[in-house]
Amino acid sequence: MMDVEKLYEMLKKAQEAQGYFFNKDRERTFELLEALLVNKERYGYMVCPCRLASGDREKDKDIICPCVYRKPDVEEYGSCYCNLYVSRQWNEEKIPQVYVPERRPPEKFEF
Amino acid sequence: MMSKPPVKIYSLSTCSHCKSAKKYLGDCSIKYEFVDVDLLEGDERKAILEDVKKFNPRCSFPTIIIGEKIIVGYKENEIKEALGL
Repeated sequence: MMDVEKLYEMLKKAQEAQGYFFNKDRERTFELLEALLVNKERYGYMVCPCRLASGDREKDKDIICPCVYRKPDVEEYGSCYCNLYVSRQWNEEKIPQVYVPERRPPEKFEF
Repeated sequence: MMSKPPVKIYSLSTCSHCKSAKKYLGDCSIKYEFVDVDLLEGDERKAILEDVKKFNPRCSFPTIIIGEKIIVGYKENEIKEALGL
């Protein structure tokens, strides 16, 4: 399994360039990155740690991290559903850190 | 002493919000049952998901049942209130 430190460094540059920052709570960020590596081992792709994967890549493509809901969630709440990717303001506590509700449409849950 | 309501969490083993909820309950020394749904397979998983959908049609996690109350997501205030803390 790839080392979580390496994954962090690899993603950090690319994502920050797009305006997405890792949660400054380092423990939370590393816990989630580790979970992504576990899911990569388990399913073969980095499906979101906070959503139940179906195991079918086609069905799960909207929740492969970074998920398609990250953009609207960060715009509206300053954070993605997992609190892995956040805005600068979130990290600088310039906006309230509120609970981010599930944006994924229920019909996507096919089990 | 008012008896504490039963607490059950439907969680994912990889979800940080679920871990926070379990940690919070542990810190408050509240006994709870939990099911890591992502670790289940086949019929058992289907059955548990039917249960979750009864409480939370969105089937998101954590889904926390405290007595009669259903709390979706790690919302500390709602959990505290439901526990009567």
